[in-house]
Amino acid sequence: MNLHEYQSKQLLARRGVAIPRGSVCYDGLEALIAARELRSENVVLKAQVHSGGRGKAGGVSVMPVSDDIRLKASEILERRLVTNQTGPQGKPVSGLLVEEVLPIDQEIYIGVVLDRNSGLVTVMASPEGGVEIETLAKESPEKIFTVSVNPLSGLAPFQSRGLGFRLSADKTIATQLTTVISALYAVFTEFDCTLAEINPLIISGNRVIALDAKINLDDHSLFRHPEMELWRDRSQEDSLELSARKDGLSYIRLSGDIGCIVNGAGLAMATLDLISLHGGAPANFLDVGGGASEQAVADAMSILLEDKNVKVVFINIFGGILRCDVLARGVIRAIKQRGLPLPVIARIEGTNIEEGLELFKQSGLPIEMIPSLDEAAKRVVTKAKSL
Amino acid sequence: MSILVDKDSRVICQGITGRNGTFHSLACREYGTKMVGGVTPGKEGQTVDGIPVFNTVAKAVQETGADVSLIFIPAAGAKDPILEAVDAGIRLIVCITEGIPPLDTASALYTLREAGCKMVGPNTPGVISPPDRCKVGIMPGYIHKPGSVGVISRSGTLTYEVVDQLTKNGVGQSTCLGLGGDPVVGLSFIDVLEMFRDDPETEAVVLIGEIGGGAEEQAAEFIKSEFNKPVAAYIAGRLAPPGKRMGHAGAIISGGSGTAQGKIQALQDAGVTVIENLTQVGATVKQMLT
Repeated sequence: MNLHEYQSKQLLARRGVAIPRGSVCYDGLEALIAARELRSENVVLKAQVHSGGRGKAGGVSVMPVSDDIRLKASEILERRLVTNQTGPQGKPVSGLLVEEVLPIDQEIYIGVVLDRNSGLVTVMASPEGGVEIETLAKESPEKIFTVSVNPLSGLAPFQSRGLGFRLSADKTIATQLTTVISALYAVFTEFDCTLAEINPLIISGNRVIALDAKINLDDHSLFRHPEMELWRDRSQEDSLELSARKDGLSYIRLSGDIGCIVNGAGLAMATLDLISLHGGAPANFLDVGGGASEQAVADAMSILLEDKNVKVVFINIFGGILRCDVLARGVIRAIKQRGLPLPVIARIEGTNIEEGLELFKQSGLPIEMIPSLDEAAKRVVTKAKSL
Repeated sequence: MSILVDKDSRVICQGITGRNGTFHSLACREYGTKMVGGVTPGKEGQTVDGIPVFNTVAKAVQETGADVSLIFIPAAGAKDPILEAVDAGIRLIVCITEGIPPLDTASALYTLREAGCKMVGPNTPGVISPPDRCKVGIMPGYIHKPGSVGVISRSGTLTYEVVDQLTKNGVGQSTCLGLGGDPVVGLSFIDVLEMFRDDPETEAVVLIGEIGGGAEEQAAEFIKSEFNKPVAAYIAGRLAPPGKRMGHAGAIISGGSGTAQGKIQALQDAGVTVIENLTQVGATVKQMLT
């Protein structure tokens, strides 16, 4: 689950990180009033969406304080922002952060992440912030300082201090940097984050201030942070993907016309690849999971049928824990409830395959059963093209 | 002899009295595994179809000489059982549980590694040795066939698909294991490749990878310099859009890295036969071995 910039800043501010003065606004007039209250010559209007690259997409605007702000703010708030992370449909602007503009002497990068390789929480810092960390890592890796943290003892003061002094020899600045680094690490571990990033963290005169902040929470850990659910912004997520998750299904909408139901994430991805290899376009990724119940399978079918782009349904199941007969019952049930508006092609293999095949046969439903996965994929592609 | 588990492995199940724990403990025993006990605090004295249940892992190890633990405990409370097993001297933990908070896994791994214990997973179907008839996991035993190909995978059912093809093509397996679909896991591709390299019973290896992280790329570097047996690979997720988690917590392309294309290129550069069509894996490996 991702947080908005303003929410991330709030979390950090509570832990002693300086952030620009400002507030979140939801209409033009509110933005104008907020801007005036800042008593700053210029203000920045920042669209709150779960995405980077907002500036390029027209979601960030620096303006002198005048009545023009009301119109500009309204205009941004009504937009759907399209960036390279949102997909072509973009995301609606959830709010507008109106902040004072601060002079920038230096931009620094600070990030905390769980390194997959070492299995250790890693703090990264660079005196050259303001660019994407991936770009920096590629072009000047020597400019990124990293510190790995012992999970049992946590981030030691000497570690954050060490990073602080590497970033700045000035004691006043280094002390503030140390506070920020410790705070970011604390937020990361306390809230089970997948990423906690301040980019840029700016030096403005003798102050260190977080100009932007990004905090992503680990979905599997939310059960122990129920209060964070209050900050979930459904407008930033695909509603079908959210509904699916409630059922324990993993669903991601793609742009093709072949709907897929598969058990197992790896097999689901592989199925999409196979369809594509044969010239077809999958409409979605959908993993019903190993322990899927009859109801979950039925719900998976329903979710698929909500996507108007789907012309053919492809079911690929290798029964392990999810037995073929359970799958068959779920599919049959869904079709009997909703009718069968679309052709269904299925290939099943694995535990209880005989029972599964028998159930499909008995149902009398026009489901094409093809035992060979390659043949089934080819058939699905041909079928979709013919419709 | 095979890697990690063999006919002499003595396995306990932590969480044996739960529905999944019971079902799979019995399935493993049916396959041929020496399932010698289970652990559920407070239920010592009970049995699960003859398998004794103990209150603690320490007691179970003391009474049964167990050296392997199969963990079925729900995610919210899974870290502690792992630490308990390490403390009791278990040498191999197979953690089936999906959804363990990554920071919990990371913390448990730290202690585990310091103690010289190995963990497969979490979020894994487990490990199976067909020649030794030892299964510690949830994979369907019947699709496997004893042989000399090692299978290392990040997936569950995708592994079964590949193993099924291998078997149908007459290619048997020495040991198959799932590393787990989480971003942070115990054994890595490299750890297992090292074991397969030193295992006289393994003649070739099949790697099944997917998007996310850099494990396959690192494996490719290892294969280039330190692995001489033939390797075939299949990588899932060519079509995966960046930034989206494809089911597995660890299957996400972020910041442009972890793409299927990148992994495929790295593996090909290391001399690995990367198969494009999933349904050709069995036939291709068979040909590779002749």
